[in-house]
Amino acid sequence: MTLRRLLFLLPSAVFAGLLGYFVVALLNAEKRGPSELPSAMLDQPAPDFALKGLGDKPGFARGDLSGQVVLVNFFASWCLPCRAEHPLLTRLAATAGVPLYGIDYKDKPADAERFLGQYGSPFRAVGVDPEGRLGIDFGITGVPETFLIDKSGKIRFHRAQPLTPEAIDKEILPLVQALQKS
Amino acid sequence: MIAELGHFALALALMLALVQSVAPLIGAQRGHPGLMTLGGGTAIAQFALVALAFAALAHAYVISDFSLATVAENSHSTKPLLYKITGVWGNHEGSMVLWVLILTLFGAAVAWFGTSLPPDLRARVLAVQGMIGTAFLAFILFTSNPFLRLSPAPLDGQGMNPVLQDIGLAIHPPFLYLGYVGFSVAFSFAVAALIEGRVDAAWARWVRPWTLAAWCALTIGIALGSWWAYYTLGWGGWWYWDPVENASFMPWLVGTALLHSAIVVEKRDALKTWTILLAILTFALSLIGTFLVRSGVLTSVHAFAVDPARGAFILVLLAVAIGGPLILYAIRAPSFQGGGIFAPISREGALILNNLLLTVAASTVFFGTLWPLFLDAMGAGKLSVGFPFFNWTFVPLMVPLLLAIPLGPLLGWKRGDLLSAMQRLLVAAGAALAVEVVVTTLVSPEKTLAAAGLALAAWIGVGSLAEWAERVQLLRVPLRTMLVRARHLPRSAYGMTLAHLGVAITVAGIAASAWEQERIEIMHPGESLAIAGYEARLDKVEPVQGPNYSADRATFTVTRDGALVATMRPERRLFTVQRMPTTFTAIHSDLLSDFYVVLGDSDGKGGWTVRIYQKPLVPWIWLGCMAMALGGLVSLSDRRWRVGAAVRSRRAAAAAPGD
Repeated sequence: MTLRRLLFLLPSAVFAGLLGYFVVALLNAEKRGPSELPSAMLDQPAPDFALKGLGDKPGFARGDLSGQVVLVNFFASWCLPCRAEHPLLTRLAATAGVPLYGIDYKDKPADAERFLGQYGSPFRAVGVDPEGRLGIDFGITGVPETFLIDKSGKIRFHRAQPLTPEAIDKEILPLVQALQKS
Repeated sequence: MIAELGHFALALALMLALVQSVAPLIGAQRGHPGLMTLGGGTAIAQFALVALAFAALAHAYVISDFSLATVAENSHSTKPLLYKITGVWGNHEGSMVLWVLILTLFGAAVAWFGTSLPPDLRARVLAVQGMIGTAFLAFILFTSNPFLRLSPAPLDGQGMNPVLQDIGLAIHPPFLYLGYVGFSVAFSFAVAALIEGRVDAAWARWVRPWTLAAWCALTIGIALGSWWAYYTLGWGGWWYWDPVENASFMPWLVGTALLHSAIVVEKRDALKTWTILLAILTFALSLIGTFLVRSGVLTSVHAFAVDPARGAFILVLLAVAIGGPLILYAIRAPSFQGGGIFAPISREGALILNNLLLTVAASTVFFGTLWPLFLDAMGAGKLSVGFPFFNWTFVPLMVPLLLAIPLGPLLGWKRGDLLSAMQRLLVAAGAALAVEVVVTTLVSPEKTLAAAGLALAAWIGVGSLAEWAERVQLLRVPLRTMLVRARHLPRSAYGMTLAHLGVAITVAGIAASAWEQERIEIMHPGESLAIAGYEARLDKVEPVQGPNYSADRATFTVTRDGALVATMRPERRLFTVQRMPTTFTAIHSDLLSDFYVVLGDSDGKGGWTVRIYQKPLVPWIWLGCMAMALGGLVSLSDRRWRVGAAVRSRRAAAAAPGD
């Protein structure tokens, strides 16, 4: 009889376990925030690419990045958060000692040139990805997104939302310094 | 003003729901008829109020009132009227209002049609419905208010995700919700039975039609979702084992089990506690399905509300709504009296096999959906569970289930005769063998698995028809006698045959996908491409302007042996507001196969990436689902379900004659 009672308790027990897992999962989601989705590209080699530049300016290829720690930023002239992020990128380029490369995502080159002409370009070079193909390879979900790539060409950091001063000071800069030393 | 009326109506509905969840319960406990009947009035009034709120929200969408936050975030003035209306539930807040609207609709229906129920059972069922309503209305009002005003109001909205601007997707959530929420009635009946401490054959009679109705809607909803994915995503696939698809598939699997186990309760007065557990689990999975998508626990392309604050509310709601009944179950269920003795080879034995396989299959889907998330939450790394996992766990479970479909109905209650059932299925076995031989020798010898799939479909299809032929004594009695027998066969028998035929059709459609052909080429206007005996010529690609998008439209002329088959116009659309490209696939279907053309990117030099598929029997996948749903509806129209039938059966409980 007691065994029989235990059997009927089983569904509740299973559900309690499941609920416990949901709580953990939810707390984790809260910790990292809804927009910081786990990136599948973390610690993977950056995808190979060779991009054309804006207008008659040269673009860049993955080979151009090797041997240094670089930040790669996906942006577009039509994206408002990118405009909001722009002053931070300019400051980062001027002070952090880490080269910035821009990838103009699903954009008209003329618009992007006007955008960078108006606000100034923080990028060492800009490549164009008009169809968003490279965006797919990098696994981005929108713009702006920023990747940190180490000397061996591996992605070491991925932010799927606009940069903030806090993210730059607390996450990106310490990681850049550590990677540059190694 | 109208929006505030809607908000007010929701708040009032919450008050009524509170009354409905308490008063009838007390009334039933104390035998107070006044309090008991209160449940009916509140249920109907609650439905009217939620309908008013829904209408107010729809009105705001139609007139593009961007002072409402949800309208501003999800609509746009240039959007076609149809998508303004369907946009009401294309977002988190609105979809929750639709959910509650359907919940209260079912509550009102129980109040309306349940007049022949014993008053205490009816009161308890309505009280449980009221509790669900309370939880959801509170969820909407406190965490996802659809009537939130914005000040200042923006000039125009942010537009709707272009992928959602599609008729297939637009009508898919209402069906899905009809299914999810419809299972709440079976759930309420189960909880009421646990409170009463009594389940009998009549109880099963009341539960079955509600379950059947919900199951039909869910079947249609899932089929529509799969069809939408097929024609809109442009990959040619129709099922991705995506967590959100799985979320709708799990309640379907367990609901199918419930549908069958309720028959055993009704006919044999057995499997009672198991059926109650299934009723609880089906709705639990529906709740989890609704919420997993919305809580941030799952991350998927489908998720349109990711908000941990809501997540906390949802978790508490799940804990109470599922945990409560399960604990009640643990306390009450052991004292339920079990029914007759089971022989393994019997109709009820076959139904138990059906239940076991379906629930285990649902658990594998559950496991496959949640395990990667579980590992991720534990920081144990990422794991992707995809087709291989489901192909190796789900499919082997389905094969014995499908094999048993024609056998079950041929076995008698209490003690079946497997040998004689097998004999009556000789025709089906012959048909399956013939299909197997023809396919492997004449069509393609190397595709043994797909040929076996087609043979399986023939076995189920012919076997189901054989069962019908057996019942009407086809070819054994004079034609007129046969017709009389056929007319007197209950509708539920026809429903079953039709639904099982639907399974056969779907299985054939799935198996035949092994013969699909695919070509991806860069084509220039004027060039042709040959595939599966067809010839597709790209005539031209031209820019066109839609209401809220611009597009490149290609024109293909498809011929077969020189004869025109179809002119097809796939498009690549760019939605102006979101700057998001989508594919508009052109599909030519003759119900035996689909010709599927996708226009890809331009190479910038006058060439276009073109993907063309020829897919034999693929429309059968959805046709089969429609046959299943239709079978459910036919069974639902059986006059034995109608008002009063249950009372009569309660009187004549054990002496169930005939089939």
